[in-house]
Amino acid sequence: MSSLVEISCVVNGTPTRLAVPPETSALALLRDHLGLSGTKYGCGEGECGACTILVDGVSVNSCLMFAVDFDGRTVTTIEGLAVDRASDPLRQAFVEKGGVQCGFCTPGMVVQSRHVLDKHPNAGPDEVKRGLEGNLCRCTGYKKIVEAVITAAAAQSAAE
Amino acid sequence: MTAIERYLAPAGLDDALAALAGGNATILAGGTDLMPQINAGKVAFRPILLNIRRIPELRAVEVGQGRISIGALVTINELKDNPVIAKAVPLLAEAADHFASDQVRNMGTIGGNVANASPAGDTLVPLLVLDAEVELASATGRRSVPMAEFFTGPGRSVRRPDELITALSLPLPRLRTVSRFVKFGTRPALDISAVSIGFSATLDGGRLSDVRVAFGAVGPVPMRGRATEAVLEGAALDAAIIAKAAATAQGEVKPIDDLRASAWYRRELIHNLLGKVLSDVVSR
Ligand SMILES: Cc1cc2nc3c(=O)[nH]c(=O)nc-3n(C[C@H](O)[C@H](O)[C@H](O)COP(=O)(O)OP(=O)(O)OC[C@H]3O[C@@H](n4cnc5c(N)ncnc54)[C@H](O)[C@@H]3O)c2cc1C
Ligand code: FES
Ligand code: FES
Repeated sequence: MSSLVEISCVVNGTPTRLAVPPETSALALLRDHLGLSGTKYGCGEGECGACTILVDGVSVNSCLMFAVDFDGRTVTTIEGLAVDRASDPLRQAFVEKGGVQCGFCTPGMVVQSRHVLDKHPNAGPDEVKRGLEGNLCRCTGYKKIVEAVITAAAAQSAAE
Repeated sequence: MTAIERYLAPAGLDDALAALAGGNATILAGGTDLMPQINAGKVAFRPILLNIRRIPELRAVEVGQGRISIGALVTINELKDNPVIAKAVPLLAEAADHFASDQVRNMGTIGGNVANASPAGDTLVPLLVLDAEVELASATGRRSVPMAEFFTGPGRSVRRPDELITALSLPLPRLRTVSRFVKFGTRPALDISAVSIGFSATLDGGRLSDVRVAFGAVGPVPMRGRATEAVLEGAALDAAIIAKAAATAQGEVKPIDDLRASAWYRRELIHNLLGKVLSDVVSR
């Protein structure tokens, strides 16, 4: 058994100190150690995007990241975005446009959409489609998901 | 699974090189190759897990003395979006645009792509075409190795276990350089290339010089197309030359059958795509 590594990071706004095994993935840390089960395990290989989180504001597949690499970083998961006022229009748009079917891909979709909107505040269909290329939806609700994100972009710009 | 005995995340290059000196460390950059390879049992951890992501000097992008140096930790999305890189070596930015997904591009690094030495690595073909050198450092010294001599087989290179890739160094392309990158897969995103082609040349008065052609995923290592280059060097790009170059390329690659494509199909792709690239160059 490997010895534990002490790390400190900010998870969804809360400074956190943790002791983690060095081979553990960030996804396993979030789900199994921190109980943040909103982030989903779909493929474990970087192909589906269900495990997307923001690290220092940038989207990554948490299944490909080593948990020890959280040290010194700011981590945002879907649980963080759920209470983020700035993401109200985004969540609302997913609801209104019917961007959720079974909901399994939704946390990853919403987190990646947050990143797309941060990078392209006026995102249109092209930016949104390219931005969501790494997120699979087995219910194949892509059209409504893309509409939701475009709607959120418009709502955000209108609010500014 | 072998247990990791120590985890190190040094902030300085010298500390990283000291940790690597015994050849006992697994290097971690973005982790996008390492994590799946560990999970699949394709590689085992060495006793030390060495996270190099806290070393700022490995992130630098510098232009000077006719060259551009791109730090090993520069991510694929930075290759795509950094204006200095887009201006100096647009071919690399173009290749980055065809790579994986936004999330993977945010994590994956150019150094990891080179170190991983996959025949289908998407930055490798442009780096070959651009005559890049791999900058290596160890506790005992530094050396640079031309890309064309770096790879020795799938997943293998001349890099020693005690060496770290610090940067890729490229000569700035000359004026009137035309370059192209094409990647062919079955879907645009998240697909490993079935084949890829890189092309660069100086086009002056309708004639090509300084021609460089490279192919990905058509042999054990990404390769320069020396015979194809010889056909094109000094030539005026007419239909006959394009046909001859495409046929030469088709004969020169050594693809295998695998689940992405058959060897026959890959040769056809190389023939047709090179023809398309060259026709596109003439039409500009
Ligand atoms: C879903 C998915 C899609 C992908 N799509 C593509 C694609 O389209 N095209 C493509 O080319 N690749 C693709 N990849 C592969 C991978 O993302 C790239 O090869 C990436 O560039 C690897 O960089 P990294 O920083 O993540 O490497 P890591 O995983 O951190 O490291 C890879 C290997 O290189 C070693 N290493 C890393 N940095 C250094 C260094 N500086 N010096 C010495 N050794 C080092 C590591 O020890 C390890 O063996 C994909 C991967 C996934 C999971
Ligand atoms: S679980 Fe991470 S990308 Fe599928
Ligand atoms: S809503 Fe079911 S996977 Fe997307």
